[in-house]
Amino acid sequence: MDKFRMMAQILQSNQESFMNGICGVMALASAQLYTSFEFNCPCIPEYNYSYGISMLVIPPIWFFLLGFVLNNNISILAEEWKRPVGQRRKDPAVIRYMCVSISQRSLIAPAVWISVTLMDGKSFLCAYSMDLDMLEFGKNVSGHGLSQEELLRTLAKIPCKHIYDGQHILSREAATRYICCISQAFGWLFLLIITIAAFLIRAIRPCFTQATFLKTKYWSHYVDTERKMFDETCTEHAKSFAKICIKQYFEGVSGEIQSLHDHSRGDDSDDEDNKPATEEDTLMGVRRQDTMNKVLWDWHTCKPPLSLRKYGDASTEQNGDCSMNANKNQDKNIGDKTELNEGQNGFKCSYVNPGLDIGQSNLDKGYENASFSTEQNGFTNRHSNASTGLNGFMNGGVSSPCNIQRKAWAVYYSKV
Amino acid sequence: MDRLKLVLQYFQSNSESISNGICIILSLISVKLYTSFDFNCPCLPQYNKMYALGVMFVPPIILFLLGVLVNRHTGVLMEEWVRPLGKRTKNPAVVKFLLSSMLQRSLLAPMVWILMTLLDGKCFICAFSMNVDPKYFTGIPNSTGIELIKIMAKVPCKEDVIFKNSSFRKAVSRYVRCYSQAIGWSILLFFIFLGAVGRVLKPCFNHATFLQTRYWSNYLDIEQKLFDETCVLHARDFARKCVVQFFESMREDVTVRMPLSSAFRPSTIHNEYEEEEEECLHGITRQDQVDHLLQTWYECKPELDVTRMAYKPKVCITWEDINGKALFSEV
Repeated sequence: MDKFRMMAQILQSNQESFMNGICGVMALASAQLYTSFEFNCPCIPEYNYSYGISMLVIPPIWFFLLGFVLNNNISILAEEWKRPVGQRRKDPAVIRYMCVSISQRSLIAPAVWISVTLMDGKSFLCAYSMDLDMLEFGKNVSGHGLSQEELLRTLAKIPCKHIYDGQHILSREAATRYICCISQAFGWLFLLIITIAAFLIRAIRPCFTQATFLKTKYWSHYVDTERKMFDETCTEHAKSFAKICIKQYFEGVSGEIQSLHDHSRGDDSDDEDNKPATEEDTLMGVRRQDTMNKVLWDWHTCKPPLSLRKYGDASTEQNGDCSMNANKNQDKNIGDKTELNEGQNGFKCSYVNPGLDIGQSNLDKGYENASFSTEQNGFTNRHSNASTGLNGFMNGGVSSPCNIQRKAWAVYYSKV
Repeated sequence: MDRLKLVLQYFQSNSESISNGICIILSLISVKLYTSFDFNCPCLPQYNKMYALGVMFVPPIILFLLGVLVNRHTGVLMEEWVRPLGKRTKNPAVVKFLLSSMLQRSLLAPMVWILMTLLDGKCFICAFSMNVDPKYFTGIPNSTGIELIKIMAKVPCKEDVIFKNSSFRKAVSRYVRCYSQAIGWSILLFFIFLGAVGRVLKPCFNHATFLQTRYWSNYLDIEQKLFDETCVLHARDFARKCVVQFFESMREDVTVRMPLSSAFRPSTIHNEYEEEEEECLHGITRQDQVDHLLQTWYECKPELDVTRMAYKPKVCITWEDINGKALFSEV
């Protein structure tokens, strides 16, 4: 258990480094894509500029959007943004933080592409070869005898080594060198600017809003973790639900009652750590299709408040009336303590069967005994109906109507 | 307990080595960047110097800023510097120590770049070929004034037709490169000498204070890491309990109240696993409690005194019979 705990801890704390890893992979992919891409300047006056500039600008936009797509947190962000308020306030700072962190990661691959393109110089050469100022090279502007249009056409051929025919007018190597030099200067300047911006944001930020930053970082990580936990819990619940449903069906068909407790294979070890949770535990009392649907619906429309009951405390929660957008319910716990005296710690709400002699050690699990649950069913309703199998154990209309009315029934066991 | 020891060992052994590793990786990146960079001297009198000196000094600034950014100590340093006093006094020596160690590590990659440019020589040739007096070399072309300067500016570029038949260009290049390499090696030697002298002489001054400041700066680093880890664990348990609570709030059980039998005794069996889980929450179970905790962590850091937890009294039970003889004792 310790090993698993440590592994889980490392994985969780390294979720950031996992995202950083993806971001690094995308940056490398961007550099590799550039080197394997065959740059093909058209060398025609009308198209040079558009080709050159689009090669500089369009792939970064594509990489930026790809970064958003590959980032898992984008769906978490959207969900947190769009959910109804429910019992939990929305914190705009958390949403802003998540948005900023996703954007920061997605900006790295485009920045790599732009800087590699500028350092290489081909796209600048293609786009700006026609704008060369001949005076820079000390050449006489009108000494070549060509019209303006023909001059432009000749200059446009500079990027293409094999078709350039203006060597006598202007040395191709000199022009290429000049434009590449300007392109590289722009590239280094771009890198310097983004590094300074990143430095200001990360290194100077602790001077301002450090406490708020700690909070938003914690809650944004919490939102992510909570979603994962919810998915895991739903999966486990579905598994148990399915198992019990099928068992019920078989029982209904065969007419015999089988033991529910699969794990009692005579292995009565006292090793509490390894005691597996029974399916009933995993169900956590949600046993019907409409209840499960309500769980899933309310998870989005009415998120629960961030306030935990103490373990074993069977006090009532505030009535979560979602239609009122109740923010104030978040941390009130009305403890119905008058009925709970010293017998209550360690008990959850569970089934009760007055005829049953359950040993002390099973009290907090409640209903581990097969015969107990049968009698339970006999106690409330005739249950052998296969068609009602999906509705779980507690048939009948005893469940309260659909609001989250809390029932905190004190549980008493008696030896009769 | 030994879990905690293992974790602490891991942090302590690796905090410095992680920073060193990152510093070396940055230097390797700097080398790779230089070798893959296509140096393109413009060979024009007005732009040569600007380009070459730009290539020699702008990337080091970028590498330095990157080195500061990726260093963990930057965050620790800034937080320690700007935090309110709280219950813990501030020690300026610790801040200075962190700053100096961070600067030392961040300066390695820029120095590697500058040394590479000097030892390679291309930047120097590009920048200073015009400053060479051509009289000392044979085969000078017959030009004067501006034309001569332009020709000298073209020395770094091999392809130009002017130099096709003469060894003039090669001679000038060799000369400037020789200067550049000499400067490069002297700078390297100077820094190595400085480093050696510094390390040898450091224990002679304030060694005890140095040990203290090193300990406390390491402590700050570990404390921040552990705080983040604890927050992560707490968030995980909070989330799990919140989800389970949510499911349970939908449960449709009906339980029936029965009168409590006198033969009944409360069960105190508490699943050990769940008890350990509760430990991770440390009693912080609500949103406002978490917010208050994080706010206080920044605004009012706790004092450096763990006597209370280290010496928590433990309740020991002794069973005695009616004569006062101890039957069982945990003492």
